[in-house]
Amino acid sequence: MGLQIAFWLLSAIIVGSALGVVWQINLFRAAILLIVCFLATAGIFVILSADFIAAAQVIINVGAVAILIILSIMLTREVTRGSPSNRMGLPAFILVGVFAVCVIFGVITTTWSVSKVPPTEPTTAALANLLLDGSGFVFVIQLSAIMLISIIIGAIVLLKEKE
Amino acid sequence: MAPGLEHYLILSAVLFSIGLFGTVVKRSAVLILICIEIMLAAVNIALVAFSRFITPVELTGQLFAIFVIVVAAAEVAIGLAIILALYRQRHTIDTKKIDLLKW
Amino acid sequence: MSNIPEILIWLIPGLPLVSFGLLLLVVRLFRNRSVWNGYVAIMATAASFCLSIWVLFNIIKSSEILLIPGFDWLTLGNVINVKIGLIVDPLTAIMLVVVTSVSLLVQIYSLGYMHGSKSFNRYYAFISLFTMAMLGLVMADNLLVMFMCWEIVGFCSYQLIGFWFHRQPAARAARKAFFITRIGDFGFLAAIILIFSSTGTLNVMEIHSMAAAGLVSGTIITWATLGIFMGAMGKSSQFPLHTWLPDAMEGPTPVSALIHAATMVAAGVFLVARMYPLFEHSQTTLATVAIIGGITALFAGTIALVMNDIKKVLAYSTISQLGYMMLGLGLGGVAVGIFHLFTHAFFKALLFMGAGSINHSTGTFDMRKMGGLARLMPWTFATFIIGSLSLAGIWPMAGFFSKEEILASAMANQPVLFVLALATAFMTAFYMFRVVFMTFTGRCKSPVKPHESGRIMVIPMVVLAVLAICAGWFNATGGFSGLLVSDKAHGWLYGIFGILSHPLAWISLLVASGGILLAWAMYYKRWISPLKVSSRFWAPYVIFSHKYWIDELYEKYIGQKLLNSGLFNLFNRFDSIVIDGVVNDIANLNLSSGKIIRRVQSGNLQLYALFFLLGVAVISILAMLAR
Repeated sequence: MGLQIAFWLLSAIIVGSALGVVWQINLFRAAILLIVCFLATAGIFVILSADFIAAAQVIINVGAVAILIILSIMLTREVTRGSPSNRMGLPAFILVGVFAVCVIFGVITTTWSVSKVPPTEPTTAALANLLLDGSGFVFVIQLSAIMLISIIIGAIVLLKEKE
Repeated sequence: MAPGLEHYLILSAVLFSIGLFGTVVKRSAVLILICIEIMLAAVNIALVAFSRFITPVELTGQLFAIFVIVVAAAEVAIGLAIILALYRQRHTIDTKKIDLLKW
Repeated sequence: MSNIPEILIWLIPGLPLVSFGLLLLVVRLFRNRSVWNGYVAIMATAASFCLSIWVLFNIIKSSEILLIPGFDWLTLGNVINVKIGLIVDPLTAIMLVVVTSVSLLVQIYSLGYMHGSKSFNRYYAFISLFTMAMLGLVMADNLLVMFMCWEIVGFCSYQLIGFWFHRQPAARAARKAFFITRIGDFGFLAAIILIFSSTGTLNVMEIHSMAAAGLVSGTIITWATLGIFMGAMGKSSQFPLHTWLPDAMEGPTPVSALIHAATMVAAGVFLVARMYPLFEHSQTTLATVAIIGGITALFAGTIALVMNDIKKVLAYSTISQLGYMMLGLGLGGVAVGIFHLFTHAFFKALLFMGAGSINHSTGTFDMRKMGGLARLMPWTFATFIIGSLSLAGIWPMAGFFSKEEILASAMANQPVLFVLALATAFMTAFYMFRVVFMTFTGRCKSPVKPHESGRIMVIPMVVLAVLAICAGWFNATGGFSGLLVSDKAHGWLYGIFGILSHPLAWISLLVASGGILLAWAMYYKRWISPLKVSSRFWAPYVIFSHKYWIDELYEKYIGQKLLNSGLFNLFNRFDSIVIDGVVNDIANLNLSSGKIIRRVQSGNLQLYALFFLLGVAVISILAMLAR
């Protein structure tokens, strides 16, 4: 019962804040609402007993990404201009609606083979094993490292002041 | 009744649709980036929900969620770098005015 | 015959080809000693000449036909299999000797005539190539190779007529020769295709044997032979494709002697002779050959009467004599026509060399500016007289015998053509001696002091003069005819003197001497003023001196009016309106539709995202419906 209340509450916060991001005229507030949305998402992860992901969500998305975005909003001085929409609102709305209806229809009509097994808890050690035990995803970890390095270098090169 | 897989998936779909709508409609490049982040969060919810309900022991869904977070962070970093570079050159990040690649 | 190694026969055309390669393709081999170019070409031709003589003697001794199968050259499935092979029969052997000997003498003569000229190597290279192609033409055993050589010969003719291409008339004349012979070549090519499609072979011998066996229908033979004859008309400058030959005189005179008097123009006659077994099956074609020949002989003769340019007179005389050969072929057979070709090659080359020698010392070809050269240029005078007598057909010169044969066969078959031939003989004698008297007698009107040409030019002329006298005796024992057709033979004394017992010989002698006497009276004694004659008979005079307006007809009416502003203009408009129009309309359609559609490419990324979203929506609807 508590789970249910938590779910509905968090869902309401997520959808509400996301709508707020889209509706909100003030860019800065939109960014703040994004943080709210991320935090609520982390809550959903907790309900889903994914503790590591929830922690990563809070640290990375809330702590780094959202801050980066706020920083860049300030750097580009776009706050004053607000966040206007273009004129494609109506067609975009219709199409997105069609898309959402179709996906929801698909979700509802599918019979999911839900497992009855209780989930692994806590997940951190299990995930670490999965990532690093050599049978699975070591290579992908290495690739992610390379990608991050190149992203850092790319960002520096992009933003370097031209002499 | 505890919320089942469908609930999470519908939540994910709704969140994704909101992000998509924002991406198409908003004129500010930074806001487009924000909406993309929302879409990625929606994907993460779906992945973790699948992991919780379909493969509770193997945890592969969560693993993918980790990678999504990594890529999302990278994407934000490079995206913001591009936006800043653009702003430096053209003094705007309005997508209506960034339309040189045409005809 | 079998004792001739094949390789030596291949060498006959091979050596001039090597010489061509050395002179033109190995660039600047003898840069500093340009006369060496000439020596190389002459040596190659001399070797070919020796081999040809040897082949001829072997042929005379054994009178066999040597067929060298050669090698596969072009194989397309099992449809076309072209072999490059050689025929060495009496006809070929005679032609080999004619071509190599005249070519050799002309090349030696050119050393003097072209002395100091630039591009010596180009000159000799193309003469070598010409010699090779001509030899290949007479030896080839299949029509395709023959046609290729035929075209190379034409190309060399083009190159050498336009040797001084920086001079406008020379370049024009070269083009004209090329175009007009091309009309004939079209007929030849069509005939080759027709023959191939109906017999399935290109080999001359096989075609002949199929025709003899009656495997080819008469209609096809008629059309094919007419096509071949059309090629021969173009090359041998027969009416109405004759207009290029007088213009071809723009080339160096030795070239005129070799190509446009002795050999290439005779290639048409040779071609008809080579395909004669086919021609024999079509009376229509033979009659056409004879009639065209007769008309050409008379027609060109009349023009030659009034020309003032010595080379033009000789050119029209050549056309006229080629007509004679055609007449002989059409009425009398191979031996008659080829015999005249044989003798004509020598005396006409001699006459051209004489003209070249005169030009070399006086610097002009206009006979009105010459005169009194007999004392100043005795050798040229003597040899020129011999050549003229031979051409006029005076006993016992070579021309007498060969002309006699033609007249005899004409009398036997076609009285009308006989009269034409006789009239031509009269005119020939007249215009040749008109040339002689205008050039060598009277007062010298040349602004420069004429002098005898150098030894290098005189010696070939003397050799040719000897040949112009003796070449006819070759047939005295019936040897020539025997070689080519039958085997009638009689003593050589009878051959030379006994011919005088025929009344026909006296008739033709009378006619020829009549022409000479008339020329003598008009141009030496001046009893009759040429001016008065021309004003008395002004109508023919005007017609003749305008060459029957055929050039004007071709250029103005057919060329300009009919083709240029008529047919080609039509093509042009069809091209610009229909073809270009369709293309342009398609292009414009694309352009205008692009103008509209490119609006979609607004550069606005979000619009693209919207379209992307549209696609996603459609796909998801489809996915939903598919459930």
